[in-house]
Amino acid sequence: MFRISDAPIDVAACARGLAHDAAGACVTFEGWVRNSNAGRAVRRLDYQAYAPLAGTEGQRILAEAMRQFAIVDIRCVHRVGSLAIGELAVWVGVSAAHRDAAFAACRFVIDEVKRRVPIWKNEHYADGESGWLHPDNTPVDGAG
Amino acid sequence: MRYHILYFASLRDAAGCDRESVDSDSREAGALYAELQARHGFALPAERLRVAVNGEFARWEGLLADGDEVAFLPPVSGG
Repeated sequence: MFRISDAPIDVAACARGLAHDAAGACVTFEGWVRNSNAGRAVRRLDYQAYAPLAGTEGQRILAEAMRQFAIVDIRCVHRVGSLAIGELAVWVGVSAAHRDAAFAACRFVIDEVKRRVPIWKNEHYADGESGWLHPDNTPVDGAG
Repeated sequence: MRYHILYFASLRDAAGCDRESVDSDSREAGALYAELQARHGFALPAERLRVAVNGEFARWEGLLADGDEVAFLPPVSGG
């Protein structure tokens, strides 16, 4: 299940949903708000999402992961709103029979979420400036 | 045609609103973006955007219908 959340992510509750008798491995990834980017001091981040399409595309990514890797369950939650340094911005959790598939699927999901899901971050810098990140290296794909 | 436009991130800041309804003769998303880009002074060229119509990714050259909700999506930076 992929979810956009405007409230802090309850990691323990998310992880409980991954439990299964057939799972021998659990891999989670946490993306935190860092105090710098590209050499500039960052004070906070504002995340914005096109929530309906972010939900659809995020769910598609999880379905792809279920097809491509031998995993039991997979979940992802992404925050929106204003986040302070150290806050959890994105969480990915995977359970699988074995660790290789769990690591691979977790990596796949965070990479695809960053590449495809309509979410944007606005960095607020220590010098008072701010700016939306629209990475030059983000592929701007056509439909489908 | 009347379209309901959604803006995000830097486009939202440049437009000064998160949504607006516009009357336009444009029938394709590409022409519609060019029109709105001229009106609002958007810095991002269409080549760097994706477009979504009624909540799903769409083609720039697809025909729009009256009442469509059109979202112009800057390069994403989640995570």
